[in-house]
Amino acid sequence: MAQLLQHLINGLAAGTIYALVALGYTMVYGVLKLINFAHGDVMMVGVYMGYGTAYALGRQAQKSVLGVVLIFLVAMAGCALLGFLIERFAYRPLREKPRLTALITAIGISFALSYGFQLDIGFLPGAAPRAFPEIIQPSEWLIIGDRDVVVWNWQIMSLLIAVGLMVGLQYLVFKTRFGRAMRAVSYDHRVAALMGIPTDRIIAVTFMIGSGLAAGAGLLYAIKDTSVNPLMGLFVGLKAFVAAVIGGIGHVPGAVVGALMLGLVEEFVVGYVASTWRDAVAFGILIIVLLVRPGGLFGRVAAEKV
Amino acid sequence: MRRLVPLLLAGFALIAAGCEKKSQPSPTETPPSTAQAPGGDVPGTPPPPANSGTLLLGVATALTGGQATFGISTRNGVELAIKEANAAGGVKGQKVAMKVYDNQGKPEESAQAVSRLITQDKVLVILGDVASSNSLAMAEKAQPAGVPMISPASTNPAVTEKGDYIFRVCFIDPFQGFVMAKFARETLKTANVAVLQDNKSAYSIGLTEVFVRKFTEMGGKITTTESFSQGDTDYRAQLTAIKKTQPDAIYVPGYYSEVGIIARQARELGLKVPLLGGDGWDSEKLFELGGSAIQGSYFSNHYSPDNKEPRVQKFVADYKAAYGGVPDALAALGYDAANVAIDALKRAPDTSGPAVRDAIAQTKNFPGIAGTITLDDKRNAVKSAVVLKVGDGKAEFVTTVNP
Repeated sequence: MAQLLQHLINGLAAGTIYALVALGYTMVYGVLKLINFAHGDVMMVGVYMGYGTAYALGRQAQKSVLGVVLIFLVAMAGCALLGFLIERFAYRPLREKPRLTALITAIGISFALSYGFQLDIGFLPGAAPRAFPEIIQPSEWLIIGDRDVVVWNWQIMSLLIAVGLMVGLQYLVFKTRFGRAMRAVSYDHRVAALMGIPTDRIIAVTFMIGSGLAAGAGLLYAIKDTSVNPLMGLFVGLKAFVAAVIGGIGHVPGAVVGALMLGLVEEFVVGYVASTWRDAVAFGILIIVLLVRPGGLFGRVAAEKV
Repeated sequence: MRRLVPLLLAGFALIAAGCEKKSQPSPTETPPSTAQAPGGDVPGTPPPPANSGTLLLGVATALTGGQATFGISTRNGVELAIKEANAAGGVKGQKVAMKVYDNQGKPEESAQAVSRLITQDKVLVILGDVASSNSLAMAEKAQPAGVPMISPASTNPAVTEKGDYIFRVCFIDPFQGFVMAKFARETLKTANVAVLQDNKSAYSIGLTEVFVRKFTEMGGKITTTESFSQGDTDYRAQLTAIKKTQPDAIYVPGYYSEVGIIARQARELGLKVPLLGGDGWDSEKLFELGGSAIQGSYFSNHYSPDNKEPRVQKFVADYKAAYGGVPDALAALGYDAANVAIDALKRAPDTSGPAVRDAIAQTKNFPGIAGTITLDDKRNAVKSAVVLKVGDGKAEFVTTVNP
């Protein structure tokens, strides 16, 4: 029983991180119908920005509340800028081209970032994994029995941040002028432009929000798993993408539910079956969902011209 | 259309750049993704052109990816050996050079790298790799081509079983597994040990197999065997399952990049017992990734830089001067493998594949940094192992175990 409870907590913690990354996928897809495969790598860049900031602050300052806020702000702002640049120079020139072109470019950006960051020149970090500084002093928030079940402060924190961001995004998309513009652009960006909506600006801001979220998610991931390396984005990005598709890509709460589900399933498979089965089960669920509900658990099926 | 033109131009420029790279095979040129260790440049050795009076050694190892520190250490070791050989006048009146390819720590890339080394660069000897899974893929290519290959650090027995052209300068897993089982049972006096193995690595599976057999033979009990896959970063599920069995120690025959995280998460879940491992732990990164969580754990290894022998101390000093930092076992083994190859090239009557192979096979009592190397009839080095304890930022020598 205790073991089951611990697995449940671990699974939720893992799912929370997937959820934050999946939100970025879902937002960009919702507006642009573009699967931004570079999203996971933007997350990785955000982690290294946070890493650099933490070291610049020094051992004492990085653990203070102000320090942590600063680390998150720098990483998220830096990634928002990176997202802006990627959108402006890699995706915008291709917007009128077939969607496949942008998809291939996205994969190209992904590899450029993950392998570029393995170079060891100047500020680039090199290939070897690094330990992320303990910017949040881990402490047990809840202990049941003789340490049978342990809940950590950062697990609670991640969950709250993820839920908060989800609610915030939902509000942004459905209750604000900007959100209405986003939905209009998503529906038909040419007609939206005719109606006087600054399409380019809306898309750019959407990218910046998505990339900022990725940085935040990456930092929570780094706090959780303590090790960072330039290839981490590929792995987390793929899982988050699966989560977004399970939930129904383009659907904000769907991304969160899909991610939590994936996190829990993976944890239980590893805990009770074997780690070799983990990816097989994760992708198996993806296939079943796509067969039974092609639009994902929450998504609607839209006929699309190919 | 206006936008298409610059794009096309950029595309052509890229293609042209790609072709250029391929058409000039300069031997010491490393792939663009090479991660340079601080001060790792070798300005003293300008790249001589291939096949013109140089003896070319091929290296395929991981310069990027999760095993990157292994590969970079190995490459540095080989480079140092070659520099010294050239400073001493070269071999057969010719300079020795190397060609390095990055295998990204993947078997498929390793096989491809070896094919290029053989057909394109026409190397005399192949050195590599560290991870057994990669060396197995490399041996598949080197053996039928009749090019001798020396693995510096692959400990899985199957590697040299691939054929009579495949050698190694390190001990093999059965010995390493035996060393740790003996140490756990007799020195640490543990009775119940849990195992956490890497299911994707031939190295980890091999070590687990021998450890489990020897440990049970000596009267110990394996409480459970859990597994993970290389590249995972969340091991809490496995550790939660292990915790339930209340072991005295956990045997984790994995690589440093995973072990560091495993140690932290084990402590986090309240598992306070020491972790035990093998030479895959050996990297300065282990102390960084594991922090205080990894302290007090033990691993078997090839050498200790604390060894007082003059040749070891000279190597440590030279390495520090060239690359900064204390050489790990992979650097020592890379250096040894290159020296065995160079020594064989000196003794061989000519530089044809069979002649060099025979010369390598006759290596006896060769003074290496990680012990004296004598190759047995199965082309494996027979030598002792050390057990190291992880301390604060460094590994401390505990004991030597002889075969």
